Amino acid sequence: MQLLFYILAAISVISAVAVVSSRSPMNSVIALVVCFLSIAGHYVLLNAQFLAMVHIIVYTGAIMVLFLFVIMLLNLNRAAEPMKTLGTRVVAVLAGGLLFVTLLAALRHGIEARAANAYDPTVGLVKSVGMSLYTEFLLPFEVSSVLFLSAVVGVVLLAGKERPWTPPTMEPTETEGARGE
Amino acid sequence: MENVITAIRVVPLEHYVYLSFLLFCIGVAGVVFRRNTIIILMCIELMFNSVNLLLAAFSAHHSDPRGQVFVFFIMLVAAAEVTVGLAILVMMKRYANSVDVNQLNTLKW
Repeated sequence: MQLLFYILAAISVISAVAVVSSRSPMNSVIALVVCFLSIAGHYVLLNAQFLAMVHIIVYTGAIMVLFLFVIMLLNLNRAAEPMKTLGTRVVAVLAGGLLFVTLLAALRHGIEARAANAYDPTVGLVKSVGMSLYTEFLLPFEVSSVLFLSAVVGVVLLAGKERPWTPPTMEPTETEGARGE
Repeated sequence: MENVITAIRVVPLEHYVYLSFLLFCIGVAGVVFRRNTIIILMCIELMFNSVNLLLAAFSAHHSDPRGQVFVFFIMLVAAAEVTVGLAILVMMKRYANSVDVNQLNTLKW
């Protein structure tokens, strides 16, 4: 069982590196799907079965399809891929590595691993998460639906229909000119 | 089934924390590394997921379902963020005809 964790961890780290380093955006998306599936495997190992299902449905089912759809819509391919200079890339890897070292140094004494509650095998099943979600967190749940509504309205407004581009330093429009006269 | 349930505590909590750190740092490096806006959005998703994994690991370790509710909310916010971000990306491609973040330098001093 412990071996399974390390295999899944290796898969997720390798695919995350592939997301960053792959030339073609399509390959990045496929690598990210693999990474998300392995993270869903981690959730199953943590006995968070509700989260695993929601993660697969929301991330790999909805979000990644949206990414794929946009990549195909915009026709992004390897030739159109903008790349940074070598110096910037070296700096990026250094910055990420330094952040990792800093975080590791913060944990050098280990973490206090005493569990707060007695072990409960039902935590993470649909029943316990649902009870917590619909009693204690009912208001945030409802507010998040408003967030979704505003996101949908914003997306329709942004990408809905083709409008002529008005530059920021625009000349007075006809209505304003008519008002001036 | 019982075997699966009791196996959760076999893996030390530190290893989940290390894995989550590693994924987060790969995401941070990716945001600096790439110029393609869609890859930068994907790296942000990667960072979201590392944080989600950490929250789920601590929630399972402490046997508290509230951490998993937090993960659920983070997923909701990430979904909303991605829809708006991709709409902005489509607009950017339409008007600037590029997905390169270096093209967006109008506010640069």
